[in-house]
Amino acid sequence: MSAFLSDLGRSFFGDIDPAEDNGYSDPPPRKGFFTDTSVCIGCKACEVACKEWNLIPEDGVELSGMSYDNTQALGASTWRHVAFIEQEVPARVAEASVAPAPSAPVDLGMPAPTLPGDSPDAAEPTDFRWLMESDVCKHCTHAACVDVCPTGALMHTEFGTVVVQNDICNGCGYCVSACPYGVIERRSGPAGNPAVGIAQKCTLCYDRLTEGQTPACAKACPTDSIQFGDLDELRERAAGRLDQLVEAGEPNAQLYGHDTRNGVGGTGAFFLLLDDPEVYGLPPDPVVTTRHVGAMWRQAALAAVTLLGGAVAAFAAGGGA
Amino acid sequence: MADDDKADVPGGPGQRARTRRRGRGGREQLVVPPAEFRSYYGKPIVKAPPWKYDIAAYLFLGGLAGGSSLLAAGADLAGLPNQRRSARIVALGGITGSLYYLVHDLGRPERFHHMLRVLKLTSPMSVGTWILSAYGPFAGLALGQEIVPLLPEKLARRLPTELISRASRPAGLVAALAAPAVASYTAVLLTDTSLPSWSAARRELPFVFVGSAAAASGGVGLLLNPLDESGPARRLAVGGAALELTADQIMQRSMGITAEPLHEGRAGKYHRAAQVLTGAGAVGAVLGRRSRLLSAVSGLAMAAGSACTRWAVFHAGMASADDPKYVVVPQRERRDARGGGEAYAEQVGDDRAR
Ligand code: SF4
Ligand code: SF4
Repeated sequence: MSAFLSDLGRSFFGDIDPAEDNGYSDPPPRKGFFTDTSVCIGCKACEVACKEWNLIPEDGVELSGMSYDNTQALGASTWRHVAFIEQEVPARVAEASVAPAPSAPVDLGMPAPTLPGDSPDAAEPTDFRWLMESDVCKHCTHAACVDVCPTGALMHTEFGTVVVQNDICNGCGYCVSACPYGVIERRSGPAGNPAVGIAQKCTLCYDRLTEGQTPACAKACPTDSIQFGDLDELRERAAGRLDQLVEAGEPNAQLYGHDTRNGVGGTGAFFLLLDDPEVYGLPPDPVVTTRHVGAMWRQAALAAVTLLGGAVAAFAAGGGA
Repeated sequence: MADDDKADVPGGPGQRARTRRRGRGGREQLVVPPAEFRSYYGKPIVKAPPWKYDIAAYLFLGGLAGGSSLLAAGADLAGLPNQRRSARIVALGGITGSLYYLVHDLGRPERFHHMLRVLKLTSPMSVGTWILSAYGPFAGLALGQEIVPLLPEKLARRLPTELISRASRPAGLVAALAAPAVASYTAVLLTDTSLPSWSAARRELPFVFVGSAAAASGGVGLLLNPLDESGPARRLAVGGAALELTADQIMQRSMGITAEPLHEGRAGKYHRAAQVLTGAGAVGAVLGRRSRLLSAVSGLAMAAGSACTRWAVFHAGMASADDPKYVVVPQRERRDARGGGEAYAEQVGDDRAR
């Protein structure tokens, strides 16, 4: 079955270029995000810039009561989401801080943020830290959402990113349950919005990409926590940054989504995390559902044959009571 | 932050130990050790599909229609006119209801035709739409023979009644050949998702569903037909019930921790009801084969049991999406078992992997 599926002209797992695999000849280099959560300050500029640029309606003003994170999750009207995690960890001396050396600041006469322990009146370091992470659609190499969409509304672009075509989607919502990261969602309101009833998620600012521009979130990020570029180059940069952090004594620092041998063939948006993925609300070992679709159809075919055989047997044993 | 909020701190000590304890069901407790996991404020990781309750009805009606087409074709060949008629009516009714629910749950129902733009084997929703589209007309045409005698004479004279009657049998046979696919593809529809309790059931669920389809259609056949025509329906129903119950047991064992939602809350109630109704119905159908009343009641019980099975599986999957435990614990185990890292492909055989 799997062989038959691959004969249809597409690969369903492994390390491939999604644009080429989907029939673009000579596509531009694959684009993506590298989100370095170690420098995120939780300012939510990305969330806001994304909403502004993509004309996303508000999705309810609600206080979650759990942290500064009132957005709570990615969804139809939240394409970037900043997670806030409050953790108890032993206090560290200021030298071990690994934020990149800032270029000489220009004094604007404003209250300025400083590193803990840098200013003389700063409090003692505490046994406490914030982890912040700006989450987004992973733009999977083997995207479950694309695989399962019955209309072909979801597709890979020439940049290897994944977009929904609003005019094709019929709102069946099947992609919602397929995404192993819980990203995509069908928009339910507000009434009058043209995309109501349609699956919505990050497009990696496809419209900006075609103009050679940087996606809105990466553009707005003041700390370069969100980095946009050619995926190959980003992966290299990420590996370097990881080494730096591990050397500086971040034992749990890890890259998430960069490995092309993972369950989705590597993601177009990957992350540098300071703790395990599940702490940030990410699945530890996601797998694209299509990896098993051959086996699933085989089981269904076996079951169907069983039913047919059973019916034949029921009649073969005689007509009446 | 108040002190008692501490338990909710992601990654904090409280979170690690947060498990759901159940008072009952000691046996399952042995199989499923208390889960230790961390999560982001207990928020869901995967999203449940935006389907309402009626998708559960859709699952049931599809199975009922598929099984009934098989029953109708068999009755046609074996010369059981009552059984043939009732099964054809149930088949068409079932598939019509099923299609209605499918379209009804679309966010943009007016775009249903986009479903027929492509055929994708990776999308059970696509394959299923095609199966239904291929099956539906034949199931409809098969009913022709039953309708012709009922037509007012005026209308009958203007229609090619002869042709319609003669097309019924071949159409019914074609429908019967497509019917097993109608009954089983809905299992793939559920398992080809990231919802833990559905995808973990991917080996056995098709068998649960075809068993349930046979139990439902055979049961309805028993309910609607006199004793002298109900032999095949009885055997189909009892065999289906046995398959459904057996496959369900194997499925629960192989699902690991994701079997829990099948025993809790709404899904748990349906699941228990399904086992009682299906089991009792099957026993009643065997013992009561000389009693019209007992046969009818047993048939009804098996059909209801089949519906409860679908409801149970539906709700268990939805519940498993709400609790991050069912995503984190199995994935964490898999990741730890191969020593961490993301390299899934190298460690895990393709289709054999759970
Ligand atoms: S993260 Fe989800 S929505 Fe984004 S490309 Fe992957 S499967 Fe699709
Ligand atoms: S909701 Fe739209 S994009 Fe998602 S699977 Fe259905 S048709 Fe495709």
